Amino acid sequence: MAKVLMKGNEAIGEAAIRAGCKNYFAYPITPQSEVAEYLAKRMPEVDGVFVQGESEVAVGYMIFGAAGCGERVMTTSSSPGISLMSEALSYIAGARCPAVFVNIMRGGPGLGGILPSQGDYFQATKGGGHGDYRLLVMAPEGVQEAVEMTMKAFNLAEKYRGPVMILGDGLIGQMMEPVEFPENFDTTPTNKDDWATSGMDTRKSDKKNIVKSLFLDPKALNDHNLLLKSNYERMKQEEILYEGYNTDADYKVLIVSYGTMSRVCKTAIDTMKAQGLEIGMIRPQTLFPFPEKAVHEAAVKASCSHVVSIELNMGQMVEDVDRCVKGQRPVTWYGECGGDIPTPEEIIDHVKSLLNN
Amino acid sequence: MGKTFSRPEALSDAHTHYCPGCTHGIVHRLVAEVIDELGIRGRTVGIAPVGCAVLAYNYFTCDFQEAAHGRAPAMATGIKRVRPDLMVFTYQGDGDLASIGMGEIVHAANRGEKFTTIFINNAIYGMTGGQMAPTTMPGQRATTAPAGRDVEKTGMPMRMCELLSSLATPGYIARETVLKPKYINKAKKAIKKAFEFQKENRCFSFVEIVSTCPTNWGMTPLDAMKWAEDTLLPYYPLGEFKTPDA
Ligand SMILES: Cc1ncc(C[n+]2csc(CCOP(=O)(O)OP(=O)(O)O)c2C)c(N)n1
Ligand code: SF4
Repeated sequence: MAKVLMKGNEAIGEAAIRAGCKNYFAYPITPQSEVAEYLAKRMPEVDGVFVQGESEVAVGYMIFGAAGCGERVMTTSSSPGISLMSEALSYIAGARCPAVFVNIMRGGPGLGGILPSQGDYFQATKGGGHGDYRLLVMAPEGVQEAVEMTMKAFNLAEKYRGPVMILGDGLIGQMMEPVEFPENFDTTPTNKDDWATSGMDTRKSDKKNIVKSLFLDPKALNDHNLLLKSNYERMKQEEILYEGYNTDADYKVLIVSYGTMSRVCKTAIDTMKAQGLEIGMIRPQTLFPFPEKAVHEAAVKASCSHVVSIELNMGQMVEDVDRCVKGQRPVTWYGECGGDIPTPEEIIDHVKSLLNN
Repeated sequence: MGKTFSRPEALSDAHTHYCPGCTHGIVHRLVAEVIDELGIRGRTVGIAPVGCAVLAYNYFTCDFQEAAHGRAPAMATGIKRVRPDLMVFTYQGDGDLASIGMGEIVHAANRGEKFTTIFINNAIYGMTGGQMAPTTMPGQRATTAPAGRDVEKTGMPMRMCELLSSLATPGYIARETVLKPKYINKAKKAIKKAFEFQKENRCFSFVEIVSTCPTNWGMTPLDAMKWAEDTLLPYYPLGEFKTPDA
């Protein structure tokens, strides 16, 4: 297929349809409302479902109910909306239902602002909702990757029977870029007979299916949570994605950065390279599972004297980076947390200041 | 002699955990009978609430989902929209539906979602031990209203049928009770109508059942039935409030 120029939010909506998702529930919030506007028009064209819920709280459960039937479902929102959906995220994870959540992050806490942010890293990767669960979290750096990750998310959600989150930011949602949609994509949901509430008539056996997260017996809850844990361990074996940038060079500083911020870092790295200064970068594409080994190995390279996590927040991923570096190099944070995005020049200045210390 | 009375196919043979004299069991049976009579068990999905009926999925023999407190109508919306061929019902208590889930039920009703809600109004939070509900009567004691509900501070009990009937969207809204055998047949008729309206894809349907909670009211089952009849029924009148034909 030829490339088309699309706005990030609209491309995410189109990607969902191409991944076989005919069911979309959402509530408007800047900077992701265009997904809902796009799908309000597109879903009827493909005989799909679009419902604008009365709140993100309700939307979370519309997704839960639909996912419980074994259908492909998606919602999109932005930070304060995701907070409201976090209740449902916890229940969906507990009930082991596949669903795709897209968070086009804006600044917080509270109402914060409407400009790009990566302030929901903790919320996405460490919980958000209550209880012992994880989300598989993917962070695209632009519109093309947002499309690919969104499509892939449906298969991963089904593979692990749990919610998958695409963590973008306001810039990715709002910018226009040329995109190409992967073709020959597997759009059939995997067999749900064993668990989905699709109606007993649709099954060969007379078994009723129950979608629930309640396990009053402590032993049963323990076993259930260990099953969830084994899924998360499997993700760590099979789903880690990252990109190394200029990592073949003998870099002096290693940057760890993801999403929109990492693109600015790439420009800064290219500029410094032209000036004769080698800087490397690891760009996690999955934030959970986190590319722990890759970050560690890149950090301890002999030429590298410092590791810096560059993020659009007050320093969240830096805690994971620090955990991976295990004290072998100094790890610091640099970034903006109000909605502005550091320029390549600012990054260059900061990286050079690290080397002068 | 042939069998004259047996367990509905839609009801399992599990022992329920409900207290002696609790009306949840009677309402379960009525819903199960209706499912059997309409022959829809194989395409029915029930939604259990958070409250005493949280384990309802163990008592019915059809597919079930377990919602969060108050969210059953949103969940039902999700199911019904993606699978309009399924018959979907929520089964909710008054704390669940009229308090934390007020937004979800009002908006589902207003969208005219084609599912059925069975609403158990026992004027108290049963499962958590007798706290005040939006439906608790003036002066009625609850653990969080030890001196009795003070309407100056907490407002008047909410009448869900009346409130939902005020919506312009067509729907079937009825209130019945199971306090005495004479009421039970009418309650079943209302439940059956509600499921039939769904089956015909006509409207949102809602049946409130005025119920008892002898345990948390601190009464014997018989006293509870009498108290409910004397105190709840005058404030929560029975009957059909809205039908799609009107
Ligand atoms: C979010 C949330 N808040 C509170 C609770 C605790 N809780 C469980 S049941 C219940 C009250 C249920 O009362 P009602 O809906 O009237 O049903 P009943 O037990 O009387 O049948 C509450 C408050 C919960 N489970 N989840
Ligand atoms: S606590 Fe009340 S509502 Fe709950 S089972 Fe017992 S009597 Fe029924």
